[in-house]
Amino acid sequence: MSLEVQVTKKLRDFTLDVSFRADNAPMSILGPSGAGKTMLLRCIAGLERPDRGRIALNDRVLFDSERQAQIPVRGRRIGLLFQHYALLPHRTVEENIAFGLHHLPVTDRALRANALMGRTHLAGLRSQYPRELSGGEQQRAALARALAIEPEALLLDEPLSALDTHLRSQMEAQLQETFAAYRRPTLLVTHNMEEAYRLGEQLLVLSRGQVSASGAKEEIFRRPPTVEVARLTGCKNFSRARVLAPGEIEAVDWGCRLRVAHSIARPVSDVGIRAHHVDFLESSDASVGSENTFPCWLVLSSETPFRITLYLRLHEQSGNTAGYHLQAEVFKEKWERFRRQPLPWHVRLSAESLVLFPE
Amino acid sequence: MDWSPLWISIATSLAATFVTLAVGLAAAAWRQHRRGPAIALVDGIFLLPLVLPPTVVGFLLLLLFGRNGPLGALLSKLDATIVFSWPATVIAAAVIAFPLMYLSARAALEQVDSHLFEAARTLGASEWRVFREVALPLAWPGILAGTILSFARALGEFGATLMLAGNIPGKTETIPIAIYFAVEAGDRRGALAWCAIDVAISLVLLAGLYGWTQAQGATGARWARR
Repeated sequence: MSLEVQVTKKLRDFTLDVSFRADNAPMSILGPSGAGKTMLLRCIAGLERPDRGRIALNDRVLFDSERQAQIPVRGRRIGLLFQHYALLPHRTVEENIAFGLHHLPVTDRALRANALMGRTHLAGLRSQYPRELSGGEQQRAALARALAIEPEALLLDEPLSALDTHLRSQMEAQLQETFAAYRRPTLLVTHNMEEAYRLGEQLLVLSRGQVSASGAKEEIFRRPPTVEVARLTGCKNFSRARVLAPGEIEAVDWGCRLRVAHSIARPVSDVGIRAHHVDFLESSDASVGSENTFPCWLVLSSETPFRITLYLRLHEQSGNTAGYHLQAEVFKEKWERFRRQPLPWHVRLSAESLVLFPE
Repeated sequence: MDWSPLWISIATSLAATFVTLAVGLAAAAWRQHRRGPAIALVDGIFLLPLVLPPTVVGFLLLLLFGRNGPLGALLSKLDATIVFSWPATVIAAAVIAFPLMYLSARAALEQVDSHLFEAARTLGASEWRVFREVALPLAWPGILAGTILSFARALGEFGATLMLAGNIPGKTETIPIAIYFAVEAGDRRGALAWCAIDVAISLVLLAGLYGWTQAQGATGARWARR
């Protein structure tokens, strides 16, 4: 089973130009709002017409601009989960789920709807109307409805964005279970990198209509190919960079020289480090003053229940709250240990944690 | 008293409402997903009967259905004449009431979340099924309101009807026309009686419509069991 997509469509601010192939593993499509993610799903489902391109699902050509071929939405057999579910408000849960089973005899319809309601824990709500359901229940009903037609591919548009936090993790588990059983091309659009990582096996990063990275998620998170992808995958700290020697660069914006882990083959334009990779040293630590360690001053801090984000300025003190170089993220326990130490503190930007971006 | 204007008025309004409902709904459904300058022009044409004086509409219909008019010539080949017949009252009232039906139906269809139509299509539904099972049930309060407005407007139709159907007692004489000719003949009591009847019917319709809309708002959650 495979879904091959190659579409070009002019949008208001940019051109969507995407080409990829999805197999039976779920693929997350990650990108900021307005990157063209939803439009891409709509093109695949047939709700929008690409300007050019070709979309093929298994052995069926759904769209081919060269051969003027286009299968209408109703014939595509693609399950689409809308961001706000789009359940029919005048139909009960059971009627919604059975809506796509019109072609089956009544008894088969009921059987299949029953099986799906069982799987999505909706059996007790069969004769409720959508507006009587909670957000999570609506989500499950919409998922069951999309799966009812036994689609050859499943597309999910921001499936968790409308749910509150505790429902989100429940729904994530439900989706994982569904994906595990489904094993057909599955695309999941999200702007949340953690969701993208947890739910997808493959990852496609989209920005302004272009694919900026695609492949196995672990690889993209470990070595993001561009600053933009790094930013989307949660990297917070960047500096322009210049190569000084095969194992050494100058981080221009951070005002320091850094030793790097691998010898540098290509010209480097930027360097980055993830906030939780910034390492704090005890002032008694012998490595203070050695390679890749720098004195820093606290400019600003912001707390979440279990972690704290520290905005740091390297080398010198500054009264300006915007003048920070690095964001560091540490657990509260660690923070409690070193917060009373006198400034400057010392941070290490270890060579292994630095991400280099080629020109 | 000759009650025939009442029965003619009601029969005419019912028939005109039926025609206008079918045509207006079809026009609104056709218009639903279309945009562009050509559509704006079509919209303009559809709304003309609302802004033109009914006498102008009536005169244009007379030209269209008259012996030498394009439709009139066609009908005379089938040995049918529209002008000065009861169907003329229906045509005049339907054309005059059409914009109200069209506007109401269009607004009612536009307020339905278009994602619902799309969801139905992804589930394999044909366009006809999308219209019948999604659009209609969700838009029907607005469509019903448009139907009632159209009926009320058809009931009050005078100018176009007089132009196209004339004043033939027992055949094309509706209540508004009966009132006009009663006043002209100096029969103030007769005119007043018909006025009272007209006011009563319109009031019942409009109050019923208003009350019904209120009730809809009060129960709020349609499609939710209590």
